[in-house]
Amino acid sequence: MEYSKELIDDLDKKAKKLRKDVVISIGVGVAGHIGGSNSSADIVTALYFYKMKHDPKNPKMTDRDRFLLSKGHVAILQYAALAESGYFSVDDLKKTKEIGFYLQGHPDVLKTPGIEAGTGSLGQGLSIGLGMALGMKLDHIVRKVYVLIGDGESAEGQIWEAAMAASSFKSDNLVAIVDNNGLQANGKIIDRYNSYPLIPKWESFGWNVIEIDGHNMEEILSALDEADTVKGKPTVIIAHTVKGKGVSFAENVVGFHNGMLTKESYAQALAELS
Amino acid sequence: MTYTNQRMAYGNTLVELGKNDQRIVVLDADLGGSTMGKLFEEAYPERHFEMGIAEANMTSVAAGLAQTGRIPFTNSFAVFAAGRAYDQIRQTIATGKLNVKICGSSSGMSDFGDGATHQAVEDIAIMRAIPNMTVICPADANETVQAVKAMVDMSGPCYIRLNRNDYENVTAQDKPFDIGIPSVLKEGRDIAVFATGIMVGKAIEAAKELEGKISVKVINVSTIKPMNKEAVISLVKGCKAIVTVEEHSIVGGLGSAISEVLCKECKPIEYVGVNDVFGSSAHNYDDVLNYYGLTKEHIMEAIEKMALK
Repeated sequence: MEYSKELIDDLDKKAKKLRKDVVISIGVGVAGHIGGSNSSADIVTALYFYKMKHDPKNPKMTDRDRFLLSKGHVAILQYAALAESGYFSVDDLKKTKEIGFYLQGHPDVLKTPGIEAGTGSLGQGLSIGLGMALGMKLDHIVRKVYVLIGDGESAEGQIWEAAMAASSFKSDNLVAIVDNNGLQANGKIIDRYNSYPLIPKWESFGWNVIEIDGHNMEEILSALDEADTVKGKPTVIIAHTVKGKGVSFAENVVGFHNGMLTKESYAQALAELS
Repeated sequence: MTYTNQRMAYGNTLVELGKNDQRIVVLDADLGGSTMGKLFEEAYPERHFEMGIAEANMTSVAAGLAQTGRIPFTNSFAVFAAGRAYDQIRQTIATGKLNVKICGSSSGMSDFGDGATHQAVEDIAIMRAIPNMTVICPADANETVQAVKAMVDMSGPCYIRLNRNDYENVTAQDKPFDIGIPSVLKEGRDIAVFATGIMVGKAIEAAKELEGKISVKVINVSTIKPMNKEAVISLVKGCKAIVTVEEHSIVGGLGSAISEVLCKECKPIEYVGVNDVFGSSAHNYDDVLNYYGLTKEHIMEAIEKMALK
């Protein structure tokens, strides 16, 4: 499928804005998950601003696509997407994690509009998404459930329970996207705990597998659109990404999984994203 | 229809309710033949999900189904429903107050042959520690029928603990189940016995046998959480001591829940329950109950001890 240059440019700009929002919501002197937010930013942008049918004025609209952030620790990225979509004020992002505030460290279904379920205990989002996909089929709602999972998270056994179940149920309304940035909290996946190779695993679990560059907007859109054409099996998009993407000093740096910004590095990050 | 088995009461009630309530869906982890989820599967195959031997996934899938407006019931043995899927229940279902109903079947020692791995002695403690969770432990099959109806009528997460074996009913048929209301099944003045699950029947037998000697009140606590503090305090007025009876560890179960309420009342409490140990295989249910001190005689002994205080 062909995508106009204007569309791609707009989405790239939006992704940059989400990354900037992430930096602003982390702020100075407090740890925040900048690494995994920035690796997922292009994917989340494509979902919220191109692919998904959703309505910030009516978050519970029956006929909506659903997004689940299984890697719930990058809630700040989803908050940025929700705020930029109009679910709540962008100004509120900088108050994220303040005591009692509606923007918690991990997605909270009771507090934040646009959140579909609580996630963050890793490995559970795909199962929750499968439940939604099954429920939508029962109701003959022809929309999709998108679940973003991490490659580090893929060590969790429940991911594979869900993968097995989704192909058993032929859930073609379920799309998993793996943010394959190559790093887990304590180092390189290949060194620390090697959960690779991913593609043969997903294929053997009965999924349609699409491999893309997770920072190439055209490839992201094309993969999401291709998933619509696949019948009788779920689709997984393995997106190769760079942890911390867009902030030079955080790119591929393990310490920025949940890192802290100084006044200087905060200013530099914002400058790079402006 | 009268049942004398909680599993049969549960499975048949889901079928009855599922007829007119399309929201009800049932999930099993390859134990539907035991949990009686198979009855729902036979009646409404499109609303029953075989989730394989993968309880964690089953529980999170139920969370997702609930978020599409369904009322999912997940079935497994209590030891797996509460233990293996604890994190899934806590992280998504309880934090979000999702409308998922969790059935812990074959609880306590009731799966007598399979031994410790299959005998849940701590499921009440686990479930009752989770915020937003309702915990129900019916005394018999009659009450199970009504409890399932009440679970559908309430919104939010709920754990129901069921026994595997056949027992005579001790509660009235068709009496609506009020979540959180303990009921007096036998009046008495001296000792207040709080019991839950199938131990309620044994407590009544013990109380009757002591009649003329000690006046014993038997209270069926079929909702462990929320615990009705005012009712519990008012029920022990005039009684000199308290006995709690449960087919569960004395750590964190009914005895603990009652003690938390009555700690300011300064009355002696004796616990009849599993004494902080795992279960064991036995050739029959009575053997295992006897071995762990869960018989009518053990309850009488505890009551008599308290009467001397």
